[in-house]
Amino acid sequence: MEAAAEPGNLAGVRHIILVLSGKGGVGKSTISTELALALRHAGKKVGILDVDLCGPSIPRMLQVQGKAVHQCDSGWVPVFVDQEQSISLMSVGFLLEKPDEAVVWRGPKKNALIKQFVSDVAWGQLDYLVVDTPPGTSDEHMAVVDTLRPYSPLGALVVTTPQAVSVGDVRRELTFCKKVGLRVIGVVENMSGFVCPHCAECTNVFSRGGGEELARHAGVPFLGSVPLDPELTRSLEEGRDFIRGFPESPAFPALSCIAQKILNEAPVGLS
Amino acid sequence: MEEVPHDCPGVGSAQAGRGASCQGCPNQGLCASGAGAAPDPAIEEIKEKMKTVKHKILVLSGKGGVGKSTFSAHLAHGLAEDENTQVALLDIDICGPSIPKIMGLEGEQVHQSGSGWSPVFLEDNLGVMSVGFLLSSPDDAVIWRGPKKNGMIKQFLRDVDWGEVDYLIVDTPPGTSDEHLSAVQYLAAAHIDGAVIITTPQEVSLQDVRKEISFCHKVKLPVIGVVENMSGFICPKCQKETQIFPPTTGGAEVMCHDLKVPLLGKVPLDPRIVIRFRLKAGYRISLEDSRGRCPACPVYREARHSPPCTRLLSVRVATKDSLFWLKHRIHQPP
Repeated sequence: MEAAAEPGNLAGVRHIILVLSGKGGVGKSTISTELALALRHAGKKVGILDVDLCGPSIPRMLQVQGKAVHQCDSGWVPVFVDQEQSISLMSVGFLLEKPDEAVVWRGPKKNALIKQFVSDVAWGQLDYLVVDTPPGTSDEHMAVVDTLRPYSPLGALVVTTPQAVSVGDVRRELTFCKKVGLRVIGVVENMSGFVCPHCAECTNVFSRGGGEELARHAGVPFLGSVPLDPELTRSLEEGRDFIRGFPESPAFPALSCIAQKILNEAPVGLS
Repeated sequence: MEEVPHDCPGVGSAQAGRGASCQGCPNQGLCASGAGAAPDPAIEEIKEKMKTVKHKILVLSGKGGVGKSTFSAHLAHGLAEDENTQVALLDIDICGPSIPKIMGLEGEQVHQSGSGWSPVFLEDNLGVMSVGFLLSSPDDAVIWRGPKKNGMIKQFLRDVDWGEVDYLIVDTPPGTSDEHLSAVQYLAAAHIDGAVIITTPQEVSLQDVRKEISFCHKVKLPVIGVVENMSGFICPKCQKETQIFPPTTGGAEVMCHDLKVPLLGKVPLDPRIVIRFRLKAGYRISLEDSRGRCPACPVYREARHSPPCTRLLSVRVATKDSLFWLKHRIHQPP
């Protein structure tokens, strides 16, 4: 039995997008971060909810690791990554006493924190809330889908890399989406080829074509391929704005295209 | 245990069976009686079962996608090159079981016998078990919460008839959660030699791997060493090296020095591994002689001697080095 959604802290959030993958290390956090940066560049207010409790990557990617989380009347105040307060972030990373401290929790405790993240963070007015998830189809994913269901998320971006061992896991993630009634906005193929900076030869380091084939097999849109770019990796390591800093990068057109598809799919205009 | 309420306080908790969320749970009586907090009898059963397994190694990483399964497969093949060494590879990544695909064993089924489940044998001396063998379709998703995953891991350790094994390699999912706690808990009485931890050079991996090392310390699991995977890429055309995943904070070398854990080796990015998966040949690079048709082969063979690549070992050589140091550390007197 589902109670009617109490708007609460998500009342001001226009669109919710989940970023999923059955496979680890394919770039969910990268795509979540770059999507948020690209949407910000399009003038939107974006929140990022990082529900990867064991491996919270996003604080460092936005150069806000170590920041404290404050309380207000409505709950926790998310951390703003810029002065204009156009991107806000909540992550378990902010709640750890030491950065190397391991969160060694079983499922029920993880579920409880995810519920709190959804209901007790004072997001305020947001155009988009991007939810970054850990790999798999388990506690965190069921918790976040169940808790967000009353707020009708826009859907899921499903990230893969081209090779068979990733596609094999991501197929299962698409099955998960179907089973829990979560719409798939589309598949993104990350780490799709590497252009040698010395000779411009393109090598398919992680094979090729798997993402597009997967999207076709599952009958969902294919949103594009993002190539490997050490500048992108470096930007994430150093918390720099890749979208602003590297418009010439081979990864830029693909990332912009994905953001544009979201903007077209779920426009936020003047109301 | 069957499905538990979403807000289950945990069977070991002081609130077990007594909390508001316990109302209506089929296990409420069990927990309230304190039976849930008693040691699981399976731990002793697994200890008995593991008496025929000489060495147990967990392959861990805080981070996903760094090559745990690939390295586990390398290790299993490398150890099994000696026909007299019995090797077992157990895949406890319940949601994302990669090992069947990597070993070229997709579609294989597990059989039951009087003495338990039979692993799938790739070679006479190399047996494999994974939840992947229990799924009827590649699209089947295993959407299980923690307690059910734990039950599966318990079954794998207790009910698989491994026989006499020299090395049991346990491939794990990323993170520090149910699967990892269960593996350590169920093997607690059976003595685990230790963990090999896989990382890639960049900080976004290392920050998770430091947590994994902290987890190992917390649960008193010895760290045999760290392997840095995807450590450099040599362009097959111009043969120049690029760090696709740059070690902006010094890579595994600096982390290992800071945390005082051994660095077992560095393995470069090699597209050949990926290509072989796609051909359904499974992964196999012989440690003695890799005569693939990749244009980078001459570079890889000479990697040790050529000046721009002195720090870049070929997959073949790096794995052999890691294997050497791993065996050396396992067999060191206490």
